[in-house]
Order: sequence, then C-alpha cells, then structure tokens
Amino acid sequence: MKFTLKIWRQEGPHEPGRFVTYEAHEVSPGMSFLEMLDGVNQRLLGKGEEPVAFEQDCREGICGSCSLVINGIPHGPDQGITTCQLYMRRFCDGADITIEPWRAKAFPILKDLVVDRRGLDRIMQAGGYISVNTGGAVDGNVLLIGKDQAEAAMDAASCIGCGACVAACKNASAMLFVAAKVSHMATLPQGRPERERRVSAMLEAMDREGFGSCSNQYECEAVCPKHISARFIANLNHEYLRAGIVESGRPSEPESPHAESS
Amino acid sequence: MTRLNSKIPSGPLESKWDRHRFSEKLVSPNNKRKLTVIVVGTGLAGASAASTLGQLGYHVECFCFHDSPRRAHSIAAQGGINAAKNYQDDGDSVGRLFYDTIKGGDFRSREANVYRLAQVSTQIIDQCVALGIPFAREYGGQLANRSFGGVQVSRTFYCRGQTGQQLLLGAYSALCWQIERGQVTMHPRTELLDLILVDGQARGIVARDLVTGRISAHTAHAVVLATGGYSNVYYLSTNASGCNVTATYRAWKHGAAFANPCFTQIHPTAIPPGGAHQAKLTLMSESLRNDGRLWVPKVSPDHRLPGDIPSIERDYFLERRYPRFGNLAPRDIASRAVKVVCDEGRGVGTGGQGVYLDFSDVIEQQGLDVVRERYGNLFDMYHRITGEDAYQAPMRIYPAPHYTMGGLWVDYNLMSTVPGLFVIGEANFADHGANRLGASSLMQGLADGYFILPYTIGHYLATANLLPIPEDHAEARGAIQLVETRINRLLTVKGHRTAAMFHRELGTLLWNHCGMSRTEGGLTSALQAIPKLREEFWRDVMVTGSGDSFNQELEYAGRVADYLEFAELLCHDALHRQESCGAHFREEYQTEDGEPRRDDARFAYVAAWEYRDQAVPVLHKEPLAFEFVPPTMRSYQ
Repeated sequence: MKFTLKIWRQEGPHEPGRFVTYEAHEVSPGMSFLEMLDGVNQRLLGKGEEPVAFEQDCREGICGSCSLVINGIPHGPDQGITTCQLYMRRFCDGADITIEPWRAKAFPILKDLVVDRRGLDRIMQAGGYISVNTGGAVDGNVLLIGKDQAEAAMDAASCIGCGACVAACKNASAMLFVAAKVSHMATLPQGRPERERRVSAMLEAMDREGFGSCSNQYECEAVCPKHISARFIANLNHEYLRAGIVESGRPSEPESPHAESS
Repeated sequence: MTRLNSKIPSGPLESKWDRHRFSEKLVSPNNKRKLTVIVVGTGLAGASAASTLGQLGYHVECFCFHDSPRRAHSIAAQGGINAAKNYQDDGDSVGRLFYDTIKGGDFRSREANVYRLAQVSTQIIDQCVALGIPFAREYGGQLANRSFGGVQVSRTFYCRGQTGQQLLLGAYSALCWQIERGQVTMHPRTELLDLILVDGQARGIVARDLVTGRISAHTAHAVVLATGGYSNVYYLSTNASGCNVTATYRAWKHGAAFANPCFTQIHPTAIPPGGAHQAKLTLMSESLRNDGRLWVPKVSPDHRLPGDIPSIERDYFLERRYPRFGNLAPRDIASRAVKVVCDEGRGVGTGGQGVYLDFSDVIEQQGLDVVRERYGNLFDMYHRITGEDAYQAPMRIYPAPHYTMGGLWVDYNLMSTVPGLFVIGEANFADHGANRLGASSLMQGLADGYFILPYTIGHYLATANLLPIPEDHAEARGAIQLVETRINRLLTVKGHRTAAMFHRELGTLLWNHCGMSRTEGGLTSALQAIPKLREEFWRDVMVTGSGDSFNQELEYAGRVADYLEFAELLCHDALHRQESCGAHFREEYQTEDGEPRRDDARFAYVAAWEYRDQAVPVLHKEPLAFEFVPPTMRSYQ
C-alpha cells in the first residue's frame, strides 16, 4: 500500500507551522499507523532530514502518549482506540491522510505533532487524589464495595489522560477528563470525605489552565479511546451543584483556632 | 574495589524486618525538611517512593522523561498484583507466597528480601484500596481474586485487564497531592544522563531538559533510581519504546555493581512478530492461561485450519509435560516449551513462530459472555492487531522479552554499592531470582516504594556524613561537561545509518545468542560481534537536529549507544553462568528430557559485576544461603 501524508510541521511553540506532504511507500496492511510513520521517519533520516516529532510509548493503547488528529478526528477513524492501535488495513490504498497535533489553547505545540499536556497534570494536582498517608490503612475488605459500584468506578477510572476529549471539543474543554476523575472518586466511599473540595478545585484549575466550558456536544465521548461516557459529565455537574449546596450549608471557618471557645 | 555486604539482619526470618526497622536510626521531622532526595522514574516504585518520601517531610526532586509521570510503563501491566491475604481461604499465607516466589525464582533470590516482600504484600492492597483503586469486587462487596501462573492458590488482585494502570494512577494521585503540597518538585520531560558522585557518595544527577535541550545538574542528599528494566536491549520486546537501560548503566559505570544481568524474562504469551517494520511486541496477559489451552498439531506440517484438527491430533504440550500445573506453568517453563515445539517444526502461523492459545473449551463450557467479560479487552486488542477473531479461532502466541530480573545490586536496605544510591522496582535485582512469577512485579514495585525504601533511606540520611554541596560543585561541572561532549559526539558523526538500524541489529544478535536458550559458542560469537557493531555505530550513525532543542532522535541514539555497551555485560554474565536456572537456559546444561539442570554447588550466588574501564567486568559473588527453604529440583510436572 502507499499513502500521501499531509503532516503538520512546526519548529517550536512560537514558530509558524505548516502542512508538508510526504509519501509513505511499502506500507503493509498489518502495520500500525505509528509503524507507518516510523517508516516515513527512517526515510527522512536516510536523507539527512529531521524526522517528524510525534509522541508514543507503550504502543498498546494504555499510556496515553500518542496524540494525533487523523483526517480531522483525534486518534483516527475507529472508535474506542488510541492512535497506536490503529492499523493500516483500516485505510484504502492510495488515500490521502492528514495528520495534525491536538489543537487547543491549553495544549501549546512543542514541536510538529507534540503538544504540552501538563495542564491536565495541574488539574490532577488541584484535587484529583484522596489524601491518605502511606501506612496504617484498614484491611481492604473492611470497606464493602458492591460489584456494580466498583465497576462503575472502574469505568470512570479507565481514563488514560491522552487529551483526545479536549482535542475533539470545539471549546477545547477538559470536562470529560475532569468528570472521569471526579466520578471515579465520588463513586467510592474512600473518595467521599473530600468530595466537595475536589470537584470545586479541579474545575477551578480547569478554567485556570485555559480549557473551555462544556456545551454538551459529546464529541469528547465519541473520540474517547476508553469509551468514557458523557454521562460522567452529568455526574460532574451533579457533584458540582451538590458541593455548592453542601458548602453553603456548612458553618464558615472559625477565624482563629480559639474562636470556637469564645 | 566493590564489596558486597547484603546487610541481612540475623535471627528468625519472620521477625527480621520488624527488628531491622526498630534498629534503624530515624530522621527527626525538623531535619527531614532540610534533606533533599532525588527520585528518578515515576513508575509504581518511583511514584510511590516519591509520594511517601514527600509525605514524610523530605523534599523530593522527581524526574521522568515522559510528558507526565502517569505514563511510566507500569501502566501497561495487565494481569494483577499478588498479596498473601488468603481471602479465598485456599491455604495461602505469607509463608506460601514466600515459598512460591523463592521456588519460582529457581532459588536464586535472597530469602530475607523475599520474605519481607511477602509480608508487606498485604499492606499494599490495603494502601491501594485507601487510595481509591477500583479493584474487582464480588457481588457482596469483598475483593475478588484470580489465579496466576506458577502457583496453586488465588491471590491475585486485579482491575479488569488494567491493574498496572490503576495502581500507577493511584501512586500518581498520591504524587499529585505531594506536588500540590510543595513537598515534591516534578520534572517531566527530563532525562537522567549521568550521576554525580562527591566523595564516593551519590549526590545528584545530570539531566537533560528534553524540550529545551538544556543540561543541568541537580544535587541532593541521596539519589533513588526507579528506572525500570532493560528488555528493550532486544529491540523487540513488550516494553514501551522509551524504556531504557541508561540510568542503571550510567550508575554501573560509576561503581554500582550490576547483578545477574542474564536473568531476562521471556514472556510466553505475546502476539507473534509480523514483519521487519515491527516496533514492538504486544503482550497478551498471562491471565489468559487460566482458561486458554496451548497446543500445536501433533505432526507437522499440518495445513488444516485449527478448528478442523480433531482433539486427538493436537498436542496440548504444557498439559502433557507439566500435568500438575498444566497451562499455568511458570513463564520461563512455558516459554521454553513453546520454543521446543516451534523448533521441532510444529509451530503455526508465519514462519512457524507461534502456538495456539485456544478458548473453545471454556467458551463451550461457560459461554461466550463469561469469556467476553473476563478477557474482552484482550480479545479486542488481538483482533485489532491481527485482524483475527479469537472467539472464533484460537489466538496465536509466541514468547517475547518482557521483564528483567537482573538489575543493580542492592543490599537489604535497597542501597547499591555506591553509598547514597538506592535502587527500587525492576531496576534492582533483589526479589525475583532467576524468574519472576506473574503479578509479582507490581507487588515488588509498590513494596519497595511505599513500604521499604522510605524506612531504609532514613537510616542512611541519619547516619551518613553529608556536607552541603552547591549545584556548581566541581564534580557536577565535570559531569555536565562529559554529558555535553557525548551529545556533541553523537551529533557530529553524521553517518548513514539510523540508530534504529543499529538497535535492530543488536536486538537480533541478542535474541539469537542470548535469548530463550544460550550456548557457549553463541555467546562467544555475540561478544565478538557487539564491539564491532558499537564501533560502526560511532563511525556511521546518523543523528539529525541539534542538542539544544526538542530532538527525539538524539534521545534515542543516546539510549542505543548505552545498549551497545550493556549488551556485552549481559553476554558475559550469561557465558559465565554454566548452569540452567529460571529464565537462563544454557543448552549444555539440561536433563535428557530437556529440563534445565541447575548447579547449586557452583552457582548458588548472585553474580554482581563491577565496571572496569576498557576491560572485562570483574565478577563478585554474593553467596545465597537457604536457611528456611532448602533448594529442591524445581518441578512443575
């Protein structure tokens, strides 16, 4: 098989980018999309030209590194997979394929197809955790968690943090990403004590990082390689509203540690 | 001169760790604040160590080469994590997990370390539940278990086929908390390129910012390497592309002994290699062997479709050779059995490199839905890669390099032979001996990171005499200069062959001569070929771009350069170990029916190699004493 690739090339975050056309020859249907790109890069290197920078690591769809918009769709034409799981048998011989990076204000391009996704880490740092110290945990069976509940938490926790949801969203919103983490932890008893603080902090961080708002188009769900459902966004909204009510019903913080006794 | 002192506490096995912890010196909370620890790598071991050290009050500088700490390769572990909880009441105990691991490792690991690992295993599960990890549960709400290769109890905890992902995300979330608290400073997209030693103590690292290319020194009071294994030396492996030996290899060149490098695990169930373009091999979880049956046609060639071959004409070779464990024989044994039938010409698929992993019996007995629920994601992955439907016809699988039991030598405190340099997780050698059992690497990574290192490093920091050093210390400047020189050298060769070409050639060489089975002749020829390949590399490698920018080809070439040196160490070790044990199979040392012949009289030791400039590495031996489990013939028949 052979293909004509239109690939986004950009030297650095502040340089202008452009599409450059490359030919991919001797592609076999059993090659993965990234192996096809490896071939293109090996040929570029052979000519002393700089290869196309793109991210990849595990090549089994779990690390969340790979991040290509293929013919306008994050992770390409098939649902429920990452770019590294896409195989060339999925394309017609001789086709044109356009390859772009994730495009979002919160994901500045570092080089070619590589973007900076640290914004997602900073959202996690704002509240995507359960504050427990190492050591002294109670026996794992003390908390009884029904199978359905555990499965629901697992559905949400499957998120690989690739950012396809952001890339697909016209508002470049990270709602599905935040919703997955908030829902995972709110579903489990361990996550309940910090439930209100977590949802508020993560949403504030999302805004701070320059991700947009959700306008319920569900494009995030359509491209999510792990089938994270948009119903978790409804869950997130519920959690956020709930947090507002719970927080407003709470007595305000005492001003000094001695205020209570005065 | 390297001296090996394993520092194993004396006394009864059961209380070694408790007594050791009590005798360790502590660092007071006030002083912890003044101490900085560098943690390199953010897999299970690195992330759990960095977060726990931060929580204890140390300042932690944490490094990873990925864009986010959450992408470390622990994320790809599928099957599960072992713990001696005995929730199934099937006779499990700390003692049994200890025994299984010692035996599974073919009596080439330390009893004290393994016992501690088994003890700590139960705490890991509790800790992970507390962190919100959504382990599989029974309808009544209790934790579920499955069984795994090499054992006869169900002690493996799991999150569908994504256990590594969930455990890593748990450790990552704990790390996020400590980053938010300011206890941990995270340096993503930063790669360790050298170690800084001051007065013989590990005091920092030289790292390259992979975005700007800036090379800088980072100093600390101790350094922890959690940089994983070196299976990628074989070019094709189940590891992620980025996994590399650079950190541990650099440490070796600074005097940290490297132990048992020849103990490399070849996993039996990966999707067979396809063509020259192939960049990696994809693992199919060991859990599949719970229900799948391995077979090949009894006679070759047999061109019928697998479904047309009647049961009587199939050779279920694992069930035949190892009736007691059947398809759940340990990895090294299963891999070798696959190799044997393929070498006999009975392999199936392209090039005869493959055997069937057949689910038709379990589908018939328990129904398609049950199989789909258990393994759906794996069947989907198989379908995407091969274009075949494993619900209809059996999978084809073939062994692939997967994990490395060898690693930097560490004592009971997980400290290498370089004072202040600690090594945890797959990067060290300690717990798995000559073969690792399934679902044990997650256990070891988290044991080291959450529960062992945070104690033992405290004793070092409390007792070592550590003067403050500036980041522009002469040793740091010297190390930076060496790194810069090396990078410039890579960029100025401007040859004709890419780093990948050299890597592939090295990988093929090692797979053929230092892979699933090894011979003196093969290893000797590899030792002659590797230096030549290395010379060619430095004469003819093509690296484009510059050192002061984002340059993936430069990163990769640097890693390949280290593989080209490390491969020699691997072969030296394999050549010297004139016995077959665990994953190390020397064709000269086997029984008549092809089982490995271990030689406890001559080789019951850890082989720890010391680096010598421009010379053959020097072997040091740490004798292995088995006080509690007398070594026996490891039989799974």
